Amino acid sequence: MEKIFQKLSLSSASLVFIILIGIFITLFSAAKPAIDEFGFDFIFNPDWNKEVVIDAPQAAQNTQSDTLEDEIITDEDDVIIEDEDDMIADEDEEDMMLDDEDEALSKTIYGGLVPIVGTLLTTLIALVFALPIAMGIAVFLAEIAPKNISYFVGIAIELLAAIPSIIFGMWGLYYFAPIVADIVGGYQVSLLTAGLVLGVMILPFMAAITRDSMNTTPAVLKESAYALGATKFEVIKDIIFPYSKVGIIGSIILALGRALGETMAVAFLIGSIFVLPEAINDPTISIPVAMANNFGEASGLGESALFYLALILFVISFAVISLAKFYFLKKAK
Amino acid sequence: MRLFINKIFLALSVFSALIGLAFLGWILITLFIKGLGSFHFNLFLNDLIEGGLRNLIIGQFILAGLASLIGIPIGMTAGIYIQEYGRGKYAALIRDLSDIMMSAPSIVIGAFVYAIIVVPTGGTSGYAGAIALAIMMIPVVINTTDNMLSLVPRELREAGIALGASKYRVILDIVIKAAKVGIMTGILLAFARIIGETAPLLFTSETSNYFSLNLSESFPSLTVSIYDLANEPEESSRDLAWAASFILTVMVLIINLTGRFITRNKK
Repeated sequence: MEKIFQKLSLSSASLVFIILIGIFITLFSAAKPAIDEFGFDFIFNPDWNKEVVIDAPQAAQNTQSDTLEDEIITDEDDVIIEDEDDMIADEDEEDMMLDDEDEALSKTIYGGLVPIVGTLLTTLIALVFALPIAMGIAVFLAEIAPKNISYFVGIAIELLAAIPSIIFGMWGLYYFAPIVADIVGGYQVSLLTAGLVLGVMILPFMAAITRDSMNTTPAVLKESAYALGATKFEVIKDIIFPYSKVGIIGSIILALGRALGETMAVAFLIGSIFVLPEAINDPTISIPVAMANNFGEASGLGESALFYLALILFVISFAVISLAKFYFLKKAK
Repeated sequence: MRLFINKIFLALSVFSALIGLAFLGWILITLFIKGLGSFHFNLFLNDLIEGGLRNLIIGQFILAGLASLIGIPIGMTAGIYIQEYGRGKYAALIRDLSDIMMSAPSIVIGAFVYAIIVVPTGGTSGYAGAIALAIMMIPVVINTTDNMLSLVPRELREAGIALGASKYRVILDIVIKAAKVGIMTGILLAFARIIGETAPLLFTSETSNYFSLNLSESFPSLTVSIYDLANEPEESSRDLAWAASFILTVMVLIINLTGRFITRNKK
């Protein structure tokens, strides 16, 4: 019985290992066709679901006679079919139509640059927005507020963290984005509004773990400084911050890891179009949103390309989280 | 001057706390106004196809409940392994990997389950959704179990061993009992987290307009339906989405607060 229980607990623990390895292998093998097809250029290619005609002269005639006339732009020797409207639904329809034609004449190209850039930029905006506020909240909770106020504000902040992300998305789209768009101008669905809502979402998480880091500062150190006549600001700046610096950086990176993979809050707000943003208030797309919106309809190479994106996201967030957990937070202990 | 800087700094800090609270208040008030505005008790009696939410709420609980049935025993035994049996590097590795898995993007877990279950079985199903949620839950349960067991004093274990109890008896009857409240809280918080998840369910369980208890086909999910409804142009769909969001948030917050209340009473 003892042996059985021990084996059971060992196998449960090993399951974690197996699942993680399994995720990696599964994503890799599902992404394999796209990796073989596009290689590393995938990361730098801004075109998603774009028809490129291989056999130029004949293809030009064939495709032009199709229903897509007004959406086709042709060159003399290198024929490129481009649709003006980059909305995914339209592209998928077009994809279907073109699939019915002779396969050899054209092929669909998938590049991951737009969602990768979208993911990184929304995360960056979220970080810039959330960081100062989260630091302020953490200082407030750890050092300024009296015990009972700190307790209740702490719970309120943690409740904010418990609200499902889809709620942040809906609230962001219907109530927050219009205000932001009024102030900044531009679209309501954009890189900026998506990033800000994402910022609001990671705010409580960042504040809570930063507070925990700050709380590790020994009281003796703080009291010695106060005894020397230091103000609260000086104690925080010169004692608490240097002492818990590594832990705080770890907390920030961990929050960043969360933001990278967030789907629902961003899905409502980013606009979901495969176009590189030219300004901060342009709509674009991120990796999780590209997956959420296109997975259902995708097949073949398109689905494989989405898995390629998933693999990239998984590797990035794995690296970011490992960096936070094993370098900074371990060192902090 | 020093005192002036100090004052400004403190004011900024209080101000940021107020911003945090303001966002919480803003979201909750929005939910209350929009949600209660379209709330009706008939929502609990009708299915989505008749304009209600009954099938979705029951479906979401079944998905999260089944995920808990899978995730809690695996997570707890794995946590027990790390804390009680594991020696050296392997246990430490599992602890680290579980920490990473806790922050892994939920949509990637959805894609993983899609590839290993939805594709081979030929379609979305309640089982796939529950497994995706279970994968989200396992690392959280491991983390809680691990932390709570580490708080149990060594003497308790030694006393048990000294009485001649075998190790697994000591773990099940003494150590787990001592850590029960903490683990329960952790599990409730984990449950509150997965019941509000959308991304892992999008292409695993999907959702359904009809009442269903058949886990081998597309299964009604409250969160996925909120996403669908909120994106529809009709005002009535969006109102329904708000009502559903309100119900979801109230459920999540109640479960979350219950968890916190249990630990607080214990202290």
